[in-house]
Parts: sequence; C-alpha cells; structure tokens
Amino acid sequence: MTTEVGSETDVKKEPEKVPEVQQQTEPQQTEQPDKAADSAAQPASASDDQPQEESQSAEAKSDPEAAASPEPSSPPAAGGQKKDKGISRFLPPWLKRQKSLSQDKPAESTEPPRQESVEAVKEEHEETSQPKEEADGEGGATTSTEQTEEVKEVKEVKEVKEVKEVKEVKEVREESRAEEVQVEEKDKEEEKSIGSADTQPVREEKEGESEVKESEEQTEKKEEKKEEEQVNQQETSVLSALKLKKMKMVVCHVTLLDGSQFSCEVEKRAKGQYLFFQVCEQLNLLEKDYFGLSFKDNAEQRCWLDPTKEIKRQIRNSQWQFAFSVKFYPPDPSQLTEDITRYLLCLQLRQDIASGRLPCSFVTHALLGSYTLQAELGDHDPEEHRLDYISDFQFAPNQTKELEEKVVELHKSHRGMTPAQADAQFLENAKKLSMYGVDLHHAKDSEGVDIMLGVCANGLLIYKDRLRINRFAWPKILKISYKRSNFYIKIRPGEAEQFESTVGFKLPNHRAAKRVWKVCVEHHTFFRLVSPEQPTKTKFLTLGSKFRYSGRTQAQTRQASSLIDRPAPYFQRTSSKRISRSLDGAPVVNVSDYSQALTAGAGENGPSLELNSDSKSLEEELTSLFLSKACFSGLAGSCSADAAPAEASKVSAQPEVPQQTPPRPGTDSRDASKSAEVKPEVNGQPEVVEVVEETVVIEEVVKAKPKSPTPEAAVTVETEHAAEVKEERSLSSDSESEDEAEYHAQPPSTSVSAQLIKEEPEEEQEADLTQQAPPSVIESQPITEAAEPAPAAEEEKPAAQPEEEACADEPLLTPDEAPNGHALQDEAPPTLKATAAEEEEPHIVNGSASRVETEHLPQVICCSEPPVVKTEMVTISDTFAAQKTEISTKEVPIVHTETKTITYEAAQLDGNGDGEPGVLMTAQTITSESLCTTTTTHITKTLKGGLSETRIEKRIVITGDSDIDHDQALAQAIKEAKEQHPDMSVTRVVVHKETELAEDDD
Amino acid sequence: MAGLMSGFGSFTHAVVRAVPQSLAKEALRTGSQEVDLLKVREEYDEYVSVLKHRLGLEVVELPADDALPDSVFVEDVAVVCGDTALITRPGAESRRKETEAMKTALTELGLNIVEMTDESATLDGGDVLFTGREFFVGLSKRTNQRGAEILADVFKDYAVSTVPVQDRLHLKTVCSMAAPGLIAIGSSEPAQKVLKIMQQMSDHKYDKLTVPDDYAANCIYMNLPGKGDVLLHCTPEEFPESAKVFEKLKDHMLIPVNNQEKAKVDGGLTCLSVLINKKNNI
Repeated sequence: MTTEVGSETDVKKEPEKVPEVQQQTEPQQTEQPDKAADSAAQPASASDDQPQEESQSAEAKSDPEAAASPEPSSPPAAGGQKKDKGISRFLPPWLKRQKSLSQDKPAESTEPPRQESVEAVKEEHEETSQPKEEADGEGGATTSTEQTEEVKEVKEVKEVKEVKEVKEVKEVREESRAEEVQVEEKDKEEEKSIGSADTQPVREEKEGESEVKESEEQTEKKEEKKEEEQVNQQETSVLSALKLKKMKMVVCHVTLLDGSQFSCEVEKRAKGQYLFFQVCEQLNLLEKDYFGLSFKDNAEQRCWLDPTKEIKRQIRNSQWQFAFSVKFYPPDPSQLTEDITRYLLCLQLRQDIASGRLPCSFVTHALLGSYTLQAELGDHDPEEHRLDYISDFQFAPNQTKELEEKVVELHKSHRGMTPAQADAQFLENAKKLSMYGVDLHHAKDSEGVDIMLGVCANGLLIYKDRLRINRFAWPKILKISYKRSNFYIKIRPGEAEQFESTVGFKLPNHRAAKRVWKVCVEHHTFFRLVSPEQPTKTKFLTLGSKFRYSGRTQAQTRQASSLIDRPAPYFQRTSSKRISRSLDGAPVVNVSDYSQALTAGAGENGPSLELNSDSKSLEEELTSLFLSKACFSGLAGSCSADAAPAEASKVSAQPEVPQQTPPRPGTDSRDASKSAEVKPEVNGQPEVVEVVEETVVIEEVVKAKPKSPTPEAAVTVETEHAAEVKEERSLSSDSESEDEAEYHAQPPSTSVSAQLIKEEPEEEQEADLTQQAPPSVIESQPITEAAEPAPAAEEEKPAAQPEEEACADEPLLTPDEAPNGHALQDEAPPTLKATAAEEEEPHIVNGSASRVETEHLPQVICCSEPPVVKTEMVTISDTFAAQKTEISTKEVPIVHTETKTITYEAAQLDGNGDGEPGVLMTAQTITSESLCTTTTTHITKTLKGGLSETRIEKRIVITGDSDIDHDQALAQAIKEAKEQHPDMSVTRVVVHKETELAEDDD
Repeated sequence: MAGLMSGFGSFTHAVVRAVPQSLAKEALRTGSQEVDLLKVREEYDEYVSVLKHRLGLEVVELPADDALPDSVFVEDVAVVCGDTALITRPGAESRRKETEAMKTALTELGLNIVEMTDESATLDGGDVLFTGREFFVGLSKRTNQRGAEILADVFKDYAVSTVPVQDRLHLKTVCSMAAPGLIAIGSSEPAQKVLKIMQQMSDHKYDKLTVPDDYAANCIYMNLPGKGDVLLHCTPEEFPESAKVFEKLKDHMLIPVNNQEKAKVDGGLTCLSVLINKKNNI
C-alpha cells in the first residue's frame, strides 16, 4: 500500500503538488495574508484560503503566527536572494519543520521561514488537513514548490489528487511500509482511472480540504491573473502587500541613459522582464531587444538582469538599483528602424566614451562631440554658444580646452543637420571604433598572463593590454563552457588541423567565469543565430547553468522592427551635460534590507533565525542526511546492482516511499539544474572535492528553494510553465550555482539545442547527501547534454566531466531508482509523464535537456516526484534532533563560538525505518572533499522481510567564510542529495552550525 | 569633413630621406650582397620623382646623414595615421637617431607628435600594416610587444592586432595593402602564415592578392584626387611573375618602380617614404 500510495501519492503529488503548491504558495500568499487578515482582517480573496486553513487548523495559534509568518514566508522566497535568513528558508517545507514541530504542512514547506505558520498549519493539519498536509508535506511540499509550475494543468487533478493524497497519505502512514513496492505506474493508472470521480468523493469526505483546494485554486487563478496582469497584481499586491508577505512591493530605481532616474514599483517577485518593460514603456521604446537592465553585484561587477527570472533572486542582497543600457550594440545602427532607438544608443555611447570604456582618439572625441552638440543644441550659435557652454558636456574622459575648441569648431560645420541626422552621423563614426560593442572581462591566459576577453557581435576577442592577440569568431567556436573560474572555448579545427582544440582562460572567480560565459551565449545567440535555439526554446534554460538567451535575436528584432508602424515618437533630447551624468550614483532605497528585516521578524523560528545570523558569519555546517530507500524485494536485486556509489539499498519496506515525494515542479527544474551538477559529482565524489565554487552551487540551491516557496509564481505561470521553469533554471544558472556550463555554438540555421551547459561536481556532492527525484531529471538532462557535447566534452575536461558524470549519474540513478523499479523510469514515466511529467518535463527539458533528454526526464520525474512528495512529510522530532545534535557535535570539528544544531526529521520514516529490524546487506562509507565541503556518505543496505532498505547517511561539512551562504549551501546539499537519489526520501536532516561571530558580511 | 576611417590611401605629403654614402657598406642587411650606391640613388630619384611629379604629392626630403646608413628607409621611424604621428623607437639601435629629423619634419607639417620613449619598447614602421580599418603589427626582431602596445595606445580608434613574423625582417616585407580591403601577400610559407593570422584576427574581411615573390608583395596604394587608385609596385624586370599579377588590377593606375638595388638591404617600396594626408585631418 505504502509504495502504491507512495507512487499514487507521487502521481497525486504532481497534481497535489500543484494544489499543494498552490496551497503552499497561495497559503503563503493567501495564508499569510489570511494570517495577516486574521490579525488585520485582510481581503477575502486571500482570506479564503486562509480561512480554510484556519478553519482546518482551527487553532488560533497559526493566525497570530501566520500574521507574523507571512512576511517571513515571502522572505524565504527571497531567501535565495537574501542569505540572511536561516537555512529554514532553503529547506523544503517538510524539512523546515523542525522536530519541535510535529508536522508541517506542505504550504509551510513553500514558506520555510514560516515556522510559526507551520505550527499553526500543523495543528490544522492534525485536525483535518493533516492527511492533506501530510500528503502535501510529504510530496506536496517539495512537489508543490517544484511542481507549481507544472501544476497548472494538474490543478484540477490536483484537487482530486489532493484528496486522494490525503487518503493515501493516511494510509501510507498507517501502512506506509507494507506495500511500498507497488509500482508507480499503477498509481498513475489509478489516478487516471480514478479521475475526477475519485477526487469528488474524497472531497466530500473532506469538505474542509476541498474547500481549501478550491481556495487554493482560486489563489492559483489569482496568481495566474497576477502574472497576466502584473500591474494589477502589483496593485492588488500593493494593497495586500503590507498585510500579505507575498505581495510585497519594491521600488526599483532605474538609471536611464540620459542620467535621469526612473522609479517603478514592482512586486517583489516580479521578473526582470516586468521592470524592463516598464522602463521601455516609459521610454516609448519599441526596439528594445538591444537593451537590458543591469545592476551591480556585491563585487561591484555589472550583471545583466535576466528578464525571465525574478529580480529578487538575481540581485540578491544588492540594492534595487538598475541601469538601463545597451546590451547588444548593433553593428550597423543605420539599420535601426526608429530614431529614438538610435538616440538611446547615442546616449549609451556617449557614456561609454566619457567613461573611457570606448577609447577613441582626440580627433574622434572631437568629431563625436560635435555631433552631440549638433543633436542636442542644434546649429552653432556664435552668440549663444560660447566655449563655456561646452564645458558642461563631457566628450572624453580627460577633456581639455583644446578638445572643446575642436568640438566647437567642428560643431560649426554641422549647420543644418537635424538632431536625428547628427545622431546618425555620430553612430556611423562610433560604430567603426574598434572597441565598439566589445564587452571586456579581465582574465588570465593559461600561463597566468593578464588578458582581457572581449565579447562582441562577431565573436570573442583576446586582448593583452590594448593589443588584440587573438580572436575567435563565432563560426570558429564549437562550444563555450565554464567550470569554476575557468572559461573554455572549443575551437573548430582549421583546414589543416585534425582536432578541435580547447582554449581555457582563468577568470578572477567563478562568478566572473559564469558572467563571461553568459555574455558569450547571449551574444552568440543574438548576433549569430537567426533565432534562439528553437528546439529548446522553451528549453533554453535548462537545469543548472543551462542558461540560454531567450530573447529575440538581431535578425528577429530587425524583422519585428520592420513592422513598426507608428509615427516617429516625439522625444526630448536631454542635455548630456556632465551634471546630469550620474551613471550609478543614484542612491538606492534599501528595499532588500527592509524585506530582510521583515523576514527576520516574521521568521521568528528560533532555529531559523539563528541559522540566519549564522549564515552571515563564518560557519561550518555539518549536515547529516539520512536517506532511506524502500525497494521491492524483487527490485532489491536491481538495487543492489545499483551503481549508486553512496547509496545502499536495504531490504525493508519503509514509509520512505512517501518521503520520496519531494520533487517539486518548480523545484524540479531547479533541482534538475542542481541535479545536473550533482550528476557529475555522482560519478566521482572526489570530483566534488575539486569543486571550489560551492558557493555558486549554494546560490542555486537557494534559488531553488525560493522557487519552492514561490509556488505562487509557478501557479500564475501555469500557462507559461515551460517558461517559468526555464526561468528557474536560468535562475539557478544565474545564481551561479552552476559551476560549469556549456554552450554549443551552432550555426545560425541550427537551433541552439546544441548549446548545453553542464554543471559542476559540487552539486553532485550535495546531491549525494540527499537523494531526490529531481536529480533524476537532471540526470536525464545531463545525458542529453552528454550526447550533444559528447564529442567536444571529451576534449574539454570540464565539459567532459559533466558529461561523463551525467552518464554515470544516469546509470546510478537507474540503480537507485531500481528499487522503485527501473521499469518505472521507463514505463512509469510515460504515464506520469503524460500528466505530470509533461508539465515537469517541459520545465526541465526546457532548459537544456534535449528532446531525447525529455524522455529521461519524465522518467526521472515520475520516480522522483512521488517519493519526493512523501519526503516532504518529514517532521521534526526532538529526540532525533537531540541525537543529531550529538552526532553533529561529535563530528564537527568546530572551533568557533556559536554552535547550533537543528534536526529535521520526517516523522513517518524515521521512527519506522530505524526501528525495523533487518539484515544488514552491505555498508560502505564514501568520503569526498572539496574546498568548502566535505561529504561523508555511509550507505547501508538492509533486508527486511521482502523489502530491501537502503539507508544513506551523508554528512556534509560546509566550510567557508561569509562569501558562502551556508544556508543555501546546505539547502543545495539537501536538494542535491535528493536529486541524486530520487527514489529515496529524506528522513532526517541534522544541521549543526558553528559560527565565528567575527564577520557578518551579508 | 571626412568621417572616421574614410579616405584610405589619400595622401598629400610624403617624407623621404636622401641616400647616404654609408648605405652601400654599412646599411643593415639580412643578406650579404654588394650594393651599388649609384643604382640605389637612381632608384631613389625615380621614386621621388614618381611621388612628386607623377602623383603630385608634396615631397619633403630629409637630408642624407652618413652617420645613419639606413636612414633612407624612413618608414621605420614614424607611423602616421590621420593627424597623429608616432615617432618610433627602431629595433636596431644604430637607427635610433634617425627619428630626430623625422620628428622635426613631421612637427613642421603640423602633425600631433607622439614619441615612443619607453626604453623597453621597439617598433619599426615596417612592421606596421594599416589597412584603413585597423592595424596589424608584426612582432619581429625589430618590433616587440611593448612597441605594439604603445602604438595601440596612440591610435585608439583602431584595433591593433599583433602578428608574429618569422624568417622575415618586417611584416611588410611580405605584405601590404594593394587596395582598400585587398592585401597583397607573398607566396612563401611565412607570408601565408602571416596572412592567415591576420585574417583570423580581423573583424573585417580582406581579399588577398597573392604574388609569387614575397618582396613583390610590398607595394604602395594610394587614392588620389583625379587619379583614382594608384599602385606603385615592382617592375617586371625584377619580379616578372609578380608583376603580371599586379597588372591584372585593371582599375588601378599601375606604376612599376624599380627597387632592385635597395632590396639588397631589405628595403621595400613602402620603406622609402612616410605618407601623410593633411586634408583628411579634421
């Protein structure tokens, strides 16, 4: 039963997940609001959901707590961005629930920070929703977050499923281990067969639940509407924002090209696109594909805001201050359709010139300056235009009187030229400058010599000082990848050459490597391809770092702009005087800080708070993840066969199956990315050790977690599942969690499908820690990737590793899954895939996974998701916590002041699994180390009755300074572990933190 | 007002330097051939005559200096682009003082003078190929990275790419511009290698005019009012096969110029003058 239930639950989970997600997200949104409403009497819409919950919970505890929690809940989503928050934000809802909390609702899972709310929910759950909650919590929490995107379709089903789930969950709990073996396929079938009818009865049985579902649906709808009508949403959100955590509004400050400031209120979770469109609307700009929004990261490095991802997750702790600027410099500005576009390009170039980014000679400075004067002042007026009028303009970084005189002299010669003509002349000259449109990045060559990488429309330029020492045109580049702080390009063999060669560059850090990689991917796509990688358009952004440029290419934007049919818009050419030129200076409101504070306040969860504080300082975290896998005895054989290095299968049917549920729709994509990273690690944990950039990985994790918390977004996105998923993926990639990424540059005709990004082993390590279904998905992606890059991959070690890893991972996964049933992967996936799989797959697949991969993905998803859902059910038991603490204490070699130990356990699994006697089949210990992380994996396989049980205990020690968000790292590790072992459920998470109080960076 | 990077090959002035007595015996050379000073002077006179009378350029002739046996090859001591002149630091120490007269002359012509003072830098103008859109600087025995960097710093508008030159004295020993976007290139392996590198390094597409003889690839292209495309190239007597290649450029005013004797001291056609466009200056 349990297994069946698990599988069913899994299946259900998907649907459930949606509802759950909705619930969770909605609850977060609505619940929080409700909570707030409870406390503050909020709008009915939000309250609907809340009321249900409340009614369910009936216990007022949640209300006050909820009120407090709402903000926290939103913080978790933001948590990815904000490291301040404790691990709880990252932890899946189920995990978030601490032992102290008997059971958490899935909704909570979405909102890690809301421990309070969780508690309330727990109560509620206990009363009515418990089944649901449990179900949700098990699979739902994780699934909800992950699945939210996918959920859209499932929603209806979800309700039914939820009901079922609840039942199932209950059953599972009771019978949990007994019949875990049941095939997921069956579950799927059951679900299908059951259809809505089943759900209805269930609903009847549990009115409260159904109501909740409805409310959830409503909330989902709301969310969708929100997405559709962001503005409206925002407005509404604004109204509710104060009360509702989710609806928080943030004021974005955008520095426009003329130096003026544009302020815009956006929903806290708004995507970059929203803000960008707001700005373009303000500017009355139609040819916007050449432009973008940038921001400065903590290292003062300029980063491009990904339009498809949430702003908050990208800027992290940075201020909500952006700069509107040219992202792709059109090689031939005369082909732009509108003068206003050219004008904006002129403004950008004037900035570039004045700042020295675009070097030019004295004569060129003078000439360009004269066109600037002509455009902004009109014909030279001897009486009005004296020399001093000119000194307010900045024509060059070092402006001399001589230059100004020359400018005036030339200005006189432009008499009669219209502003548009002057701009055109300006551009005709500026475009010839050798550094026009070249995006420079500091790097070192293989010999450690300082060089500059210049990304431009035609390819990649290599500079040493001002000298161009090499150039790689896009057609010559087969693949672009990065691994850690290394950036690689694979070069097409020349006529006389037989083999492709790979050129590597060392970037200052991983982020820089990723940044240049992304810029390359974007420029290649924009300038080289006719259209973005079509096949994977939805799939552009794949797991982890499978970032792809999803906007329009130059060819497309030209085509689109050729259709522009409007009278030339009037626009004011503002003076480009020095005074008005403050590129970055504008003070930014610390919205983030505010939100953080709110979150902190909201997240009153003792542990979470502590974690938060800890996260900032130097820490060492010891995490022990206990993964248990229940397999059919029959499957057990396969399990034993499992290549999974760390994983061991025990022959005992455990409730774990339910635990396995964790895969979340939204999370999946993230997970996938993570998993992808993880996969490589899987191959060799030792590789993991190599990964230095755990931080990055961590970031991804955070994002992923936020996603889970942000089921709302997913819900709204329903129609855009794929897109969202992509976003998430991209986010993950963006987050730099990806250590590695590959991009296969294909000919324009060829779709970008070739472009693949592979992630690093680090993730793998983490993945090892916890086994999650999502990983499987990831694996599938890696495979596809591997297939594509395979040739190249070998050449490039970094790339090759991922691929290899991916391959290895797959096998591993299958073995791991084997317990559940390899057959399940292949067979079950189809059914599941049909429903949930489709939803999920697209997401995952969307990113990087090729079509082929999709197949794998679905499989993985199926397997993983159900289990994941179950996993979400994890509850925290004090006793366990105590134990864990002990363990952690023992193991952790901590020197520093603060030590905190928190144990999260899955209520179902732990007690049962541990308690059941069995025959120890195998036991092994694997240790891997990386710069920041040491992972120890203990695998034991036990035979119980007809079931084999595999228990994997992973201990991860994360060591790092403030640069690392330990919470994120931990979350990442957990996710990766889950991903690695999709068929397994996480039964216990022990977090032990030791912190040096000295530094609080974040 | 001419726009940026327009008017490639448009010149109004040329700076040359009379042949010193010491050239025959003391001028640096990669070979060991005897040089007939008289023949050198004949060739020089013909060269100046073409510039002055046939093409109508204003020719500034610097006085010969026996202390500087290589001084006839003025190209190496100055790189002029637009209204800016970079006075180089020749790779051969014996030639360092050749820059003084050139600097004076260019100053008098109203150019912005930039001197290469960095003592770690060396640059021979013969290693600098200006295509109209960018510079290629040959890294040779006479020119080093630092010299190229300084050049790049002086001519900021243009991309400056470095090209390793092996087995040849200068970059322009094996190539030159025969027209806008057309590179004359020798057939030797070193020459072809150079071309390949240049093609890879450039964002612009260049056609190539391959001539059998490397030395013949050194020609002078000009675009002069009233004359259109002008090309000074080798004579059929000197390089018959290569001359035939040039003769296929029907749209050019082709002017074969004898350079046989100076070739013995590694002097190409471009080496003998510094061309300047005063009108093009903004």
